[in-house]
Amino acid sequence: MSIMGTRVLRKEDPKFLTEGATYTADISHPKLKGAVHAHFVRSTMAHAKILEIDTSEAASQPGVLAVYTAQDIPESVAPAPVMVPVFPPSMMHRPHLATGSVRFVGEPVAVVVAETPAQAADAADLVFADYEPLPAAVGLAQAETDNTVIYEDVGSNTAVDFKNMNMVTGIGEEDIFADCEVVVEHDLINHRTAPAPLEGRSMACVWDDGRLIVWASTQTPHGFRDNLAAVYGLEAENCQVIAPDVGGGFGQKIGITADEIVLPWLSQSLNRPIRWTETRTENLTACGHGRAQLQKVKIGGSQGGQIKAYRLQITGDAGAYTGLGAFLPFYTHLMAPGVYNFPKVETTAKSVVSNTTPTLAYRGAGRPEATAAIERAVDLFAAECGLSPVEVRRMNLISKDSFPYTTPHGTEYDTGDYETALNLALEAADYPALLEEQARRRAQGSVKQLGIGVSVYVEITGGPAPGGQEFAKVEITPEGKAKVYSGSFSHGQGHATTFVSVAADQLGMDIDDIEFIQGDTDLVAEGTGTFGSRSFQFAGSAVYDASRSVVDVAREIAAGLLEANVDDVLVDAEADGFHVAGTPAVAVSWAQVAGAAQEQGKKLMHEGQHHANCTYPFGAHVIVVEVDTETGQVTVPQVVTCDDSGTIFNPNIVEGQRHGGIAQGIAQALTEEVVFDEDGNPITSNFADYGFISAAELPSFKLVPLETPTPHNPLGAKGIGESGAIGATPATQSAVVNALSHLGVRHIDIPLTPERVWQAIVDATAQN
Amino acid sequence: MEIAVKINGEQHRHDVEPRTLLVHYIRDTVGLTGTNIGCDTSSCGACTIHLNGESVKSCTMFAVQADGEELLTIEGLAASVNATDGQMHPMQEAFRSCHALQCGYCTPGMVMASVSLLEENPNPNEQEVRQGLEGNLCRCTGYHNIVKAVLECAQGGAK
Ligand code: FES
Ligand code: FES
Repeated sequence: MSIMGTRVLRKEDPKFLTEGATYTADISHPKLKGAVHAHFVRSTMAHAKILEIDTSEAASQPGVLAVYTAQDIPESVAPAPVMVPVFPPSMMHRPHLATGSVRFVGEPVAVVVAETPAQAADAADLVFADYEPLPAAVGLAQAETDNTVIYEDVGSNTAVDFKNMNMVTGIGEEDIFADCEVVVEHDLINHRTAPAPLEGRSMACVWDDGRLIVWASTQTPHGFRDNLAAVYGLEAENCQVIAPDVGGGFGQKIGITADEIVLPWLSQSLNRPIRWTETRTENLTACGHGRAQLQKVKIGGSQGGQIKAYRLQITGDAGAYTGLGAFLPFYTHLMAPGVYNFPKVETTAKSVVSNTTPTLAYRGAGRPEATAAIERAVDLFAAECGLSPVEVRRMNLISKDSFPYTTPHGTEYDTGDYETALNLALEAADYPALLEEQARRRAQGSVKQLGIGVSVYVEITGGPAPGGQEFAKVEITPEGKAKVYSGSFSHGQGHATTFVSVAADQLGMDIDDIEFIQGDTDLVAEGTGTFGSRSFQFAGSAVYDASRSVVDVAREIAAGLLEANVDDVLVDAEADGFHVAGTPAVAVSWAQVAGAAQEQGKKLMHEGQHHANCTYPFGAHVIVVEVDTETGQVTVPQVVTCDDSGTIFNPNIVEGQRHGGIAQGIAQALTEEVVFDEDGNPITSNFADYGFISAAELPSFKLVPLETPTPHNPLGAKGIGESGAIGATPATQSAVVNALSHLGVRHIDIPLTPERVWQAIVDATAQN
Repeated sequence: MEIAVKINGEQHRHDVEPRTLLVHYIRDTVGLTGTNIGCDTSSCGACTIHLNGESVKSCTMFAVQADGEELLTIEGLAASVNATDGQMHPMQEAFRSCHALQCGYCTPGMVMASVSLLEENPNPNEQEVRQGLEGNLCRCTGYHNIVKAVLECAQGGAK
């Protein structure tokens, strides 16, 4: 019987629950004996010239081995390779330690190395950097004006305008709204948020006879290795990166950061192993943030609710240096029209640098921003037409029979059934009863008004088109058990269970007889890693391919042993091996086949990359809120989602991904925002100040299943890691606006703080 | 300063600096790394342990304040209820069966806080569980399965 679709409990859990996982800071390896500790000194200014850095007092502190600034780092420590090379060179090539000037609060300007973490931290406080303050460009609105230009050699804060690269449609000559009876325009904010994995960055490394060995908290061990190999001029085989257990990533641990890059040099110059674990404040100020877009939407159609044209103009905040975040407005463009069959779509997209923490690919990475924009626009359009937001959605959804569907601006969706998702979610939420309750409270003038928010989304996973790849290796041990190696990297996603289950299904083995290996570049030949909801579709498929290839060879050997025709030999989970079709009693075990393979000099091993197209998961969220009209306080009594990620292998894992995403989506709408003051000082630099959502602010979620497989991979699976975060933010925002729509409220920016909501109520009441 | 602390039933004696936080003592000196550190403002609960039977965030105390006290960390939880070999504390079992953990980083603290929550209130409703775990942050699970695990554990009559 296939394991597919069953709730297999995770293999990794007993250890995680009884002794705790082994994260990078927990590693005690003989080679790390006597490790010293690094602590970075970070800029306290958002934009300034560095006049002088006085390290002398720090250097004389007990236990301190060295204090380094940029000028100490030799040129042989090369710049890090650039992930997306489409920006002006000075913006892309971030120095390892700040050189000449600082461009955001948190940028490393020096690093102290000491015998203990406490000594390093204490001494770091005694490094005195003398700055000449420069005007700071903080926030998109300000940065976009170019009043304060951060890179003089570029002459503008615009890092990229995707129109100039023909990557977006731009605004054409023809007025696409010409024949629209109703046209609505609005400016939207998709504010900056923090990925905030509970484990921050952490790394340890040592040089071992010319080889660099690294332990790191990363989502992409091979990418981490490739970066370090490039910086230090090493052959890949002379750089081993081991990612042990990793405490979450959410996009923050893709690739490598400047801080991590200098650690091997510190180790080299002091000839000691070294460790570094960032503090929460460092994680919240120096590592990287998500979202941060300003959007202009314009939507038009008939009075009856038929939408004819949509325009989305995106400005993304790259922060002080252009990383992956600066590229994400392009992703937002890709998914601009969402689930709707609008005949005309126009997009513009650009990224701007500012004196803030660089942005990166936080859960959803460009697609939540697209969904938030279009869903808000559709709500605004429906309100202008005086129609139900649900009806307007139904009227404009891409129909089930139009797949594969190509949007007017060129994105090709694989499969979908958006209306069913919407209907199932509404049904599970008992939408008619909610409307009734809402009407009752409105009639009564209740203090607590009910709001019903709906969003329908489609996103791109494993993208952008055409797709991606991942590596797997499956081998049978001489004892007839199996080992599965994956280039993908679970940092909470449960690969050790799901991928092993995929192999178990094909090999007909018990999952306990299969060992899973990931995250060590010496053991796993190649790899891309886990991000962008890509793992199961690419890496799961790679394991599937490799398992089947191994089975093909094994069946031939079994046929020989069974003296049968290979076509008659079947995998037999009961026999832990193979039998002849029709005569289950005539069987051989994997152990026998493995033995025979050895005698015959045949290898029961297959490795390779699985290449596949990207996929387009979709779904509908119905979120119900209560708004206290006296205080502006929002509570969330009900969340219903229908998230379709194609074929589901392990419902536990898939639901878990949805839960986490939904929470982060609601968090963006209600509580979480990264804030800087006008000088660029971070206001939300720790968990006391950042509104990290807690259990008390959320309800349990009702998840409705729906499976529309994709033809793009053998498993029929689409990505699921980010769906929750994509649908939940707009549904929550829509719910709050809906709760107050009878007062005349049409829009409130996220995050929907009590103050903002209260103000919207006051303004609306004053207007009426 | 020399301190004597009983951790998971075992007596430990160490010379510690007065400013050493209890969580650092547990992790770095005693070597029990199941207890994690997730913040610098005592906000996340990843470091939650039991001190004389009550849950406490071990980053809010100095090691010297634990002198003469009894501590229980995740590593000792199963043994504390005399779980037989390979068995876990009912709360650990509930977390496993409900898939209440993903990356595992919040998990030791979350489990310790949950055990103590049920000791104070053996029959909580969902809202009480949510309020009770407000000081323990999780980034992965959206809390859904954690709350479910605690409620299931309570229904199973576990302490
Ligand atoms: S580390 Fe103790 S509460 Fe966060
Ligand atoms: S399981 Fe990752 S933080 Fe809770």
